Amino acid sequence: MATLRLDWEKVAQAREAAKQIAEDTNAYTQQFTTTTIERSICRLLGIDGVDAVGVPLPNVVVDQLMSRQMLGHGAAYWLGQAAISLSKEPQELAEAIARGELDLTQIDPVDPFEIQLWTEKKADEALSIIHRNRLIREEKVRQFGDHSGPLLYVIVATGNIYEDIVQAKAAAKQGADVIAVIRTTGQSLLDYVPFGATTEGFGGTMATQKNFQLMREALDEVGEELGRYIRLCNYCSGLCMPEIAVMGALERLDVMLNDALYGILFRDINMQRTLIDQSFSRLINAAAGIIINTGEDNYLTTSDAYEEAHTVLASQFINEQFALQAGLPEEQIGLGHAFEMNPELKNAFLYEFAQAQMARQIFPNAPLKYMPPTKFKTGDIFKGYVQDALFNIISVISHQRIHLLGMLTEAIHTPFMADRALAIDNARYIATSMADLGNDIEFREGGIMEQRANEVLDLALDLLENIRKDGLFRTLEEGRFAGVKRPFEGGKGLSGVVFKEDQYLNPFIPLLLEEARIGSERYHLSKLQSDQGEKYE
Amino acid sequence: MSKGLYSSKKGELDSNLDLTHLRPYGDTMNDGKVQLSFTLPVPDSEVAVEAAKQLAMKMGIVEPIITHHAPLDKDFSFFVVYGSLSYSVDYTQIHVDSVDVNMMTMEETDLFIQQNFGRKIKVIGASTGTDAHTVGIDAILNMKGYAGHYGLERYKMIEALNLGSQVTNEDFIRKAVEFDADVMLVSQTVTQKNVHIQNLTELVELLEAERLRKRFLLIIGGPRINHELAKELGCDAGFGPGKYADDVASFICQELAARKQQN
Repeated sequence: MATLRLDWEKVAQAREAAKQIAEDTNAYTQQFTTTTIERSICRLLGIDGVDAVGVPLPNVVVDQLMSRQMLGHGAAYWLGQAAISLSKEPQELAEAIARGELDLTQIDPVDPFEIQLWTEKKADEALSIIHRNRLIREEKVRQFGDHSGPLLYVIVATGNIYEDIVQAKAAAKQGADVIAVIRTTGQSLLDYVPFGATTEGFGGTMATQKNFQLMREALDEVGEELGRYIRLCNYCSGLCMPEIAVMGALERLDVMLNDALYGILFRDINMQRTLIDQSFSRLINAAAGIIINTGEDNYLTTSDAYEEAHTVLASQFINEQFALQAGLPEEQIGLGHAFEMNPELKNAFLYEFAQAQMARQIFPNAPLKYMPPTKFKTGDIFKGYVQDALFNIISVISHQRIHLLGMLTEAIHTPFMADRALAIDNARYIATSMADLGNDIEFREGGIMEQRANEVLDLALDLLENIRKDGLFRTLEEGRFAGVKRPFEGGKGLSGVVFKEDQYLNPFIPLLLEEARIGSERYHLSKLQSDQGEKYE
Repeated sequence: MSKGLYSSKKGELDSNLDLTHLRPYGDTMNDGKVQLSFTLPVPDSEVAVEAAKQLAMKMGIVEPIITHHAPLDKDFSFFVVYGSLSYSVDYTQIHVDSVDVNMMTMEETDLFIQQNFGRKIKVIGASTGTDAHTVGIDAILNMKGYAGHYGLERYKMIEALNLGSQVTNEDFIRKAVEFDADVMLVSQTVTQKNVHIQNLTELVELLEAERLRKRFLLIIGGPRINHELAKELGCDAGFGPGKYADDVASFICQELAARKQQN
């Protein structure tokens, strides 16, 4: 692959600054748990379903503990104590709470060591499901083989899960590798996960465990028919990050949007809440072998893509460190970036190419997520198709991995079946026609592209040094990302942040870390053995 | 390329432009040439091609040519159609309700406000309802603007407040009163199942119920918004694709000035 001569000293400094930023932030956030983390633990312990008025049972359990101001021990602690004392399963306990027959905090105390043993046993059971799903994915990928080069990613967004399935299957047959089921507008602000199959929503439908399951089955079915593994993507973001991570792990999703910074900036979710949530959700994704996608591309939909390119790079460095510190291996860190420069800008293609190439070289093992033009799509579908073609060219020659396909009807409607087919045709044509172009060119030393990449790197390093000095929280308060200011105690969800007591119990953390570590070892081993492994240098 | 594309019987066409019978133009006056594409939920086959052709004829397309057809899935097929439209419209009888103002530059607008009001005009904007997209409201309000058109925040004589996305109609009205806004700007990007109509209707009804409707200039914008729709919904103006902050600013200051004169 052609390479830009980057200042690697500065790359190392930037990475070091980001590491410090993530450590400083984690030192603060690790003192807390949240309502949704505890609900995700309820889910891992097997609690599912809703009460008589439709409230999810994990919420019923956690709401009770919150109202008694006892959540700081962790839901596992109270559930373990009650399970031992009453000889009941967590699901039975949750149902009893829903009927108003049980108060978890009024159970005769049990030896904490026994609670510890009970929770470890339960956690092992949950992990075995996650582990099994992971092996199924690995086996299918091995059986069908996995193609190198960009994975073609399209969205389905009909708002009805059954119609989404029709669209997703068609897209898979047309050549899509990843299907993302768009969530309904506004779900990120719900402090619970809806239950069951859903047939409505705006610009998408609800992320529910049932919907995950239905789509997974459909994609497995079409994948068998096509002899390919079709990856499923959804959104592990908003106020229920870790719960959605659990659902994704249980239903074998493959890719999850997972980015606290995105929620803070664009959904006004409280920064403390979502950074705490993010850490545990990334650990779950790590164990489940799910690739996370980060949302840096969104900065450029509100800010200028040329002037603010360094904020994307700085955020990628930070997101990488948050992910690594949460237990995610590099091969599951799908950092995001985008092709969003004004098409009227002279040499915009060179700058876009330089930045995509730079990201590829700085994060060589990351399955980078590259987003298509959206901001300067106008409804002129003919021009839109060309914009997407230029984007596709960069994706192919700079070896991006998760290649979101632009739609010629962007800015008009959520994709029609034919729009998606045309997008896939466009991308496949370019991928075939330019398959090895990236390996057959060199960048001119000191040329426009090298200068551009190093300029972005310089600015990103400055920004990271400043953030290291001021801390991430203050940086967000001052609006240094995407020009959006968010107060430390503002936004949604702060009331769900709870200080962890000394007795706090979360039996999953060590098990998830171990599962993630072993899974990554298996990945590297199979990559070594397989010639199909894509080599980025 | 099929020769059909070139056999448009040009010789028979009246080559004079007749605005009372306006037709599309391909390469010859009145040839009526149009292109369209669509998907049919049936397998790609000769029967499907014939179905596509018949649909085109029912749309008034004479001698439709299916220039491309391909399967999208087992039970779905895609068509590209060219043909000549048999219909025409009387251009001379068309009346369009559009925002009718003199376009002014940012500097002209600032000067106009200075001279006519002697104070800043207060504009509050939001993407309301469940809509999480800020791209529209940002394009109009943010300092930077969009496609070279500076946003209202950059205008010296406009004080703009951008509430962002997912603002409920109730909150929007409350904030507008608190801010003592002259103008309320609403952006609606997600329009699936016409949720924008429902949401905007609710906003107007709430304003009317609280007897606040006349207090504000109410302007809406978005990809599926136009001035006519805005009027139907009880708003003062609507701006669709291709309209920028300077269009909105020009309308705001001239309309407010006109209202001031009436009072």
